Amino acid sequence: MSLPTSVPVSWFLVLAALLFAIGIAGALTRRNGIGIFLSIELMLNAVNVALVGYSRLLGERTGQIMVLFVMAVAAAEAAVGLGLFIAVYRQRRTIDVNRLNLMRW
Amino acid sequence: METAIFLLFAALALGSALMVVTHKSPVYATMSLVVTLFSLAVMFVLLGAPFIGALQVLVYAGAIVVLFLFVLMLLNISKEEHQHEGQTVHRWVALLGAGAFVGLVVPLIYRATQLRNAGVLTEEFVSIRGFARDLFTRYLLQFEIVGLLLLVAVVAATVVARKPPPAPSGVPGADSPVSPSLEIEP
Repeated sequence: MSLPTSVPVSWFLVLAALLFAIGIAGALTRRNGIGIFLSIELMLNAVNVALVGYSRLLGERTGQIMVLFVMAVAAAEAAVGLGLFIAVYRQRRTIDVNRLNLMRW
Repeated sequence: METAIFLLFAALALGSALMVVTHKSPVYATMSLVVTLFSLAVMFVLLGAPFIGALQVLVYAGAIVVLFLFVLMLLNISKEEHQHEGQTVHRWVALLGAGAFVGLVVPLIYRATQLRNAGVLTEEFVSIRGFARDLFTRYLLQFEIVGLLLLVAVVAATVVARKPPPAPSGVPGADSPVSPSLEIEP
């Protein structure tokens, strides 16, 4: 089983960079807390694509194992973050980050 | 053939990622994220990591996104609230930052990968057996630490999101929450 490799790995890396840029733009523009989280998930996934791409390029499996760890950290982050949003929503009735400025100054 | 599949799913991933960051309704944005994650699972398979692709579908699309949807339904946020002043400036700055990132990184990646061609995929590289051997020998300590991290996250999420206990009356500084329980608005 040896798959031919007609797609260059650099294309995957360019795709990862574009997805990461979309995630940056989203994290900076969205005002809804959940929207910011979705953008962060997008950025984490872009990094995963880059890691697997480099793992393919170097013929080394470490990148794939790092993707496994990134997924675990993303799951932990989502669980704690969404729990925080539930707690904040209980107190303030909003998760609009422009109105959550208690710790700002 | 692979090129066609790559181009199709790359376009799908980019389009749905744009939907994720631009759509007004958080529920639709989350569903677009599912499409992005599935397209990226295809990318992982194309890169010779079918196990990572399966994990992507199971863990990300199956568990994390469902968690997002669950919280969205619980909080009942249907629309992004009305936009604030100065939002357009904000948006342009974000676009500028993202564009600068692409402009900086893409040529760099392209130059770097010109140097070396990816080798032929071997069965040993693709197999889950090799993946598991690496994970449970070379990276065993990291694996255990990640397990500990997940345990801490589970405990933290339950503690943070649980209903606050009724504060004893007459305690100064114990500001009572607006409503003690999270009722679902109709």
